[in-house]
Amino acid sequence: MKGLFRFNGGVKPASNKDVSTQQPIASLPLPEVLVIPLHQNVGGTPRPLVAPGDHVLKGQRIGTADGNPSTAVHASTSGTVLAVAMRCMPHPSGLDALCIVLEPDGRDEWIEHHPFDYRTATLAQTRNYLRDAGIVGIGGESFPSHLDTLVINGAESEPFITCDDMLMRERAAQILRGTTIMRDVLAARRVLIGIEDNKPEAIAAMTDAANRLGDPAVTVVVIPTIYPSGSAELLIRVLTGIEVPHGKCQTDYGVLCFGVSTAYAIHEAIDLGQPLISRIVTVTGNVETARNIDVRIGTSMNHLVAQARPRPDSDRLIMGGPMTGLQMPNRDVPVVKATTAVLVGSPTLFPPPPPEMPCIRCGDCVTACPADLQPFELYRFAQAKLFAEAKDYHLFDCIECGGCAYVCPSHIPLVDYYRFAKSEIRTREHDKKCADEARERFEFRQFREEREKLERAAKLAARSAVGRDAATATGMPEPVLAQLDDAKRALITAALNRVASPRQAVVPDNTEGLTTAPRADG
Amino acid sequence: MLATALVMALLAIVLCSALGLASGRFRVKEISLAERIAAIDAILPQTQCGKCSYPGCKPYAQAIASGEADINQCPPGGKEGIRKLADLLGREVKPLSAEHGVEKPKALALIDEQVCIGCTLCIQACPVDAILGAAKQMHTVIADQCTGCELCVPPCPVDCISMVPLAETVDTWKCRYPVA
Repeated sequence: MKGLFRFNGGVKPASNKDVSTQQPIASLPLPEVLVIPLHQNVGGTPRPLVAPGDHVLKGQRIGTADGNPSTAVHASTSGTVLAVAMRCMPHPSGLDALCIVLEPDGRDEWIEHHPFDYRTATLAQTRNYLRDAGIVGIGGESFPSHLDTLVINGAESEPFITCDDMLMRERAAQILRGTTIMRDVLAARRVLIGIEDNKPEAIAAMTDAANRLGDPAVTVVVIPTIYPSGSAELLIRVLTGIEVPHGKCQTDYGVLCFGVSTAYAIHEAIDLGQPLISRIVTVTGNVETARNIDVRIGTSMNHLVAQARPRPDSDRLIMGGPMTGLQMPNRDVPVVKATTAVLVGSPTLFPPPPPEMPCIRCGDCVTACPADLQPFELYRFAQAKLFAEAKDYHLFDCIECGGCAYVCPSHIPLVDYYRFAKSEIRTREHDKKCADEARERFEFRQFREEREKLERAAKLAARSAVGRDAATATGMPEPVLAQLDDAKRALITAALNRVASPRQAVVPDNTEGLTTAPRADG
Repeated sequence: MLATALVMALLAIVLCSALGLASGRFRVKEISLAERIAAIDAILPQTQCGKCSYPGCKPYAQAIASGEADINQCPPGGKEGIRKLADLLGREVKPLSAEHGVEKPKALALIDEQVCIGCTLCIQACPVDAILGAAKQMHTVIADQCTGCELCVPPCPVDCISMVPLAETVDTWKCRYPVA
């Protein structure tokens, strides 16, 4: 094994992964209703293709990609569309977004589907095919034609989450197949599959599958277990030593990173023709039987969690892990393509944090920060709403891993402050952009009005000049012109008189044989 | 005696020329009026609503720069805008002048398309060309380009334009300030 690269900082929280790896991946009975959000990707919201009352088949496209980057959405099972309506999203805001509500018919009948021959297709065709198969997480619009290193992320450093671990243990061959497809499509020189050393079974399964594949370009690399090496930026850094700055594409540096679940979804889409309609989700935390479940997109989290039998004191659901997860507004939000885990929380498992104390500038957060930032300075700026300064201190390089808040002796929810500052800065930049566009349009309107005024004046001047020229050219004396005008005026008067002349003067046709009553009407 | 005078004269010449050079080289750059107007205009929200009593944001910026108008006449800019202007111009922060209006959350114009008669009066009123339509055809507001200036509301002969406050969506949602 060649040398790995290091990043500074990182933390080692208790992994809590063993509880959910004891049992194989289970499947879930069909729920009574599926709520499939249309917007599950970065970029534009897909447009709905179905109307209430339509019958759809499993894998049928129900939302089409609108613009680039955007991805299609598919029916997770066969059934009837109940509504295309606003439903609560799995997002801390608890706001609604457009969803397709589907009532399964229980037959689970597939739409006709065929494998895709990517070898004869062009790069753009393959990309559009994957977009229409609803694959998310392959880097949006940046889809390079050649690549140095393809990084497959099997690190999964977040505590509690084991969905990638179980997927690698049980479906290593399929993941390798998806990886090979992507390597061929992107013409990557080498493929590095990064797995943390706390997953020996997954490493064994993946190494075995890679050996059977017999491709020297594909290597399984075991990396040390340090949170957050599972983040794409840091995994690329550990495996290749390349640091991708914020705002730049990975592909500008010849690397591209995506997860093992994406590789698996690519295999299903290309080799089987099946779009992304389900994913592996870890259900863990305050439950009796923590495990991984193959869940259809759109299944309510409540239905999913019920399979793992939550303990009675459970009080909240967290999507993701304890470090970066988002608390859900209620239990009925759907599972989406980005749901890796549903963590059931309780006051004993996650006790409320101790009261926030003042920052003592101890510097522990600086030591822990894997992005080489100064978290306490960022905190100071975010707290004082000094957004320009926070940006100068590279706030947007923060990957929100939560390492700083984890080590903070004053229990400051640092990541919450960064999220606040980031969304505030994004809103302001958006407003600024809108204002600049409005200024441009206002100035153009003024320019146009000015131009129209000039054009009108020029036309008027030209017309009067032509009139004068004509008068002099024909050599008609002024009185003749006046006479001409008089002649015209006479014509107009005659026409007016004709119109105004009394109706009685005109003899109505075909009225001889009529009785008196209609004639009176006429 | 002569030597002393010469030394003093020499010193005077050297120091004077040094001072002269320094005053030329380290001159504090005057911001030109155009630059100042541009800086003020960049802070103004570009709503082009005319509530400041000037026909647009640029004329208001010119009036501020020439000292003709005060910095608290822009209701869409609100408190935040006044603070930024005060920072830029080194003035005191003031509350928004009541005669020019009140600060409101941003709203977009919405045309009730069932009622619209296609008179084009709102199109002529819109300062940023954000209304699409033609004579005797239905009009509609291009939501992305509407600044919420309300100038299209009074000319409408059938009162079919309403101002709808911008609703928060999952995409525009802002993380709240953490409460301790």
